[in-house]
Amino acid sequence: MSIPVTIRLQEADFDTAHEIAALTRGRTDIGAVVTFSGICRGGEGGDAIAALTLEHYPGMAEAEIGRHADEALSRWPLTGLTIIHRYGRIVPGENIVLVVTASSHREAAFQAAEFLMDYLKTHAPFWKREENTAGASWVDATSHDDAAAARWTKS
Amino acid sequence: MKVVYFAWVRERIGKAEEIVDPPPAVRTVADLIGWLTERGEQYAYAFETPRVIRAAIDHAHVKPDTAIAGAREIAFFPPMTGG
Repeated sequence: MSIPVTIRLQEADFDTAHEIAALTRGRTDIGAVVTFSGICRGGEGGDAIAALTLEHYPGMAEAEIGRHADEALSRWPLTGLTIIHRYGRIVPGENIVLVVTASSHREAAFQAAEFLMDYLKTHAPFWKREENTAGASWVDATSHDDAAAARWTKS
Repeated sequence: MKVVYFAWVRERIGKAEEIVDPPPAVRTVADLIGWLTERGEQYAYAFETPRVIRAAIDHAHVKPDTAIAGAREIAFFPPMTGG
């Protein structure tokens, strides 16, 4: 049986519980589901954030997420995978990204979800612009995120 | 070839995409950045720190020394901040 993989880029918010149910409904081979939700914070280092606007590279974003999904499927025995990434304006409390990994056992689901998030943050072509009291500014990439992604390439 | 720009690279250059026709001596991604930088002060501003600029050819990440021959679409953008 082919592994159900769903990858969506969308402007609209999504319902995490609905996405988990859609992945697991009618299945008896799944023993573990790990869900990562990335949510827009209302502040950063004491400064209030009014909203984030996510710009993306249409075409490449889908291709790049697809490549990482394929790699996750080749590295871990997953039985289902859903990745949703929003673009456009997102206000605090709303979802930004969702990764749902399913497997027979928890280890593969945990590791694949973490791998996918580390790579989405550093390789998927999305850019956050932050609206705050001072105006709007592009969010800087962090070396912490690069280090998190790099550890998956170590032998 | 088509060149596309994103985020603050797009804002600094003042356009999202354009068609360019660099001379044959412009062989690599790094060469193209150098050639674009000569096109005006907005390009020089966008590419003022070449090491932070990321590039993609036909929707796949590439290194500065990658050859651009045969590319349909080349993208330049800052380090990514999605997720």
